[in-house]
Amino acid sequence: MGGEMKLALGPLAYYWPEQVMRDFYRQVESWPVDIVYLGEVVCAKRRNFGLDDWLETADRLSATGKEIVLSTLALVEAASELHALERICRNGRYRVEANDMAAVQVLSSEASFVVGPHLNCYNPATLGLLAGMGATRWVAPVEMSASMLNAIQLSDFEGVETEVLAYGRLPLAFSARCFTARDAGIPKDHCEFRCEKHPDGLRLSTQENQPLFTVNGVQLQSGLPCNLLDDLDTLRDSGVDVLRLMPQMHGMAQIVEVFHQAIHGHVGTMATLELLETLNPDGYCNGYWHGNEGMHWYPPTLRSE
Amino acid sequence: MSVVKIPELVCPAGSLPALRAAVDGGADAVYLGLQNATNARNFPGLNFFIEDIRRGIEYARQRNAKIFLALNTYPQAENWVQWTSAVDIAADLNVDAVIMADPGLLSYAVKKYPSLRLHLSVQGSATNLHALTFYKEHFGVQRAVLPRVLSLQQVRAIIKIAPLEIEVFGFGSLCVMVEGRCALSSYVTGESPNTRGVCSPAHAVRWEETSAGRQVRLNGVLVDRYAPGEPAGYPTLCKGRYLVSAKADYAIEEPTSLSVLDILPDLISAGVTAIKVEGRQRSPAYVGQVTQVLRRALDRCGRDAGTYRPEPAWRETLDKLSEGQSHTLGALDRPWQ
Repeated sequence: MGGEMKLALGPLAYYWPEQVMRDFYRQVESWPVDIVYLGEVVCAKRRNFGLDDWLETADRLSATGKEIVLSTLALVEAASELHALERICRNGRYRVEANDMAAVQVLSSEASFVVGPHLNCYNPATLGLLAGMGATRWVAPVEMSASMLNAIQLSDFEGVETEVLAYGRLPLAFSARCFTARDAGIPKDHCEFRCEKHPDGLRLSTQENQPLFTVNGVQLQSGLPCNLLDDLDTLRDSGVDVLRLMPQMHGMAQIVEVFHQAIHGHVGTMATLELLETLNPDGYCNGYWHGNEGMHWYPPTLRSE
Repeated sequence: MSVVKIPELVCPAGSLPALRAAVDGGADAVYLGLQNATNARNFPGLNFFIEDIRRGIEYARQRNAKIFLALNTYPQAENWVQWTSAVDIAADLNVDAVIMADPGLLSYAVKKYPSLRLHLSVQGSATNLHALTFYKEHFGVQRAVLPRVLSLQQVRAIIKIAPLEIEVFGFGSLCVMVEGRCALSSYVTGESPNTRGVCSPAHAVRWEETSAGRQVRLNGVLVDRYAPGEPAGYPTLCKGRYLVSAKADYAIEEPTSLSVLDILPDLISAGVTAIKVEGRQRSPAYVGQVTQVLRRALDRCGRDAGTYRPEPAWRETLDKLSEGQSHTLGALDRPWQ
């Protein structure tokens, strides 16, 4: 099962003003995360940060001893997007997380890469194929349960680390349509970067006010953030090497700290859950990991039965 | 007048009667699936036993139509053998093509049956040149179905440089999300197209009559609420009415169907190899009617694409069969951009 689990800060899914992004990643320098994923995964129109800005941030974070991975766009359509993707893949300095087969196609002739959560890797045959092309880490799809993962891990892929999204709103779907622009009643071509007004996405609820999804431009995320803090034992048992925490505007330093402490066995689980409760009064979900609907929450007391 | 190459018309069949309706209606090819999670329309009472496929192949070949088998879901470690067995069955049946999405399964197929013709399913989620090249180079995939997220200009640009044949959707339910990478259904119901071959499964649907009108839930989640007399559709999560910014609306997409009837000449001049009709879950009558309309429309384009205009009767027929009795060009059109 290897050593201690590592913590990764996933790629920022939202569109924050440039200065906010700079300040955020300045803070990250002092956080106890081992890996930082940088780059735009959701929308090619978001250009507050260009590749040079990302690389500059990468250099700064790398200097603090963190491993840096550059993430690529999940839905790649236009030729201009392909060129941007090629530049990232051939940056020559940092490992890249492929979120579309286009990136795998470029990276398989370059260097080792990370299989992102937006590639559909559901079985050992596919993982083996990608490992043969140079994958040295894979991030499980959001739907992956502990038992699905255990079955894959039986085919021990030497040199391939396993990462699971352990905290944050789950990336559930991508579209050609921008739902934030649609909500604002403006066309996608002239979106005025409305997503910048929603630094943690835009809440989508049922007509009974149940939080269902989170609108984030062309992406839909889960309404409730996923939280696997109380599942550390089964994550360890499944051979998970890396826990991914997704950036959010508020409380991120605390979330990182809580997971860091939990990995090192310093904080009682109930106490940490209580701390997180104040950050998200709507609650959390962990259903996928438990083999059921993703939105479901299995409270720790029931799970221990 | 130059002779244009008319795209192949690829139609759905969830049963043998639907297959016959498609072939009789003028389909060039019919696609179908086995009765299990190996295909993306895994509904009770739908799809084919092996013997039915044999009979279907015989019926189709006598009438010059092809049969494609869809094995377009993502196998998991626990049930891997079910998917490889399905590939074995496809090879044994000698179907004209297998429609697949999973790289591991594609790899199995090309190694074991090098002469088996492979199509990349829309669930394979390939939306650009490099992704298409990946499937061509590694598995010899000969055709790819494009996800319904590309504009007409993008479809045109891709076909110019694509190393394989391109098939696009022409009619049927519209997936708003890029296919093969949507987990909305499993987030709410535990079952998704990728893993179980279902979206918003019927067993999770519950209709309720209330004093405020009819309501529909998916695994307890309120998807829509209808005023008295308002027509009610099937509750797929992307087509419900939700609250965003405090107003209840179709926040993701209206219940409407994709129809390319109006732009068939554009798709033909772009060089699409095939036009696909969605709807293996639909009745034989539906399949027959849609196939007949598109057959006529394609034949009309073949005679003279320059003067082609869809007949009002065709549009009427298709609209009657559409979700919400309305149609859209989806991402192919500018309003989405």
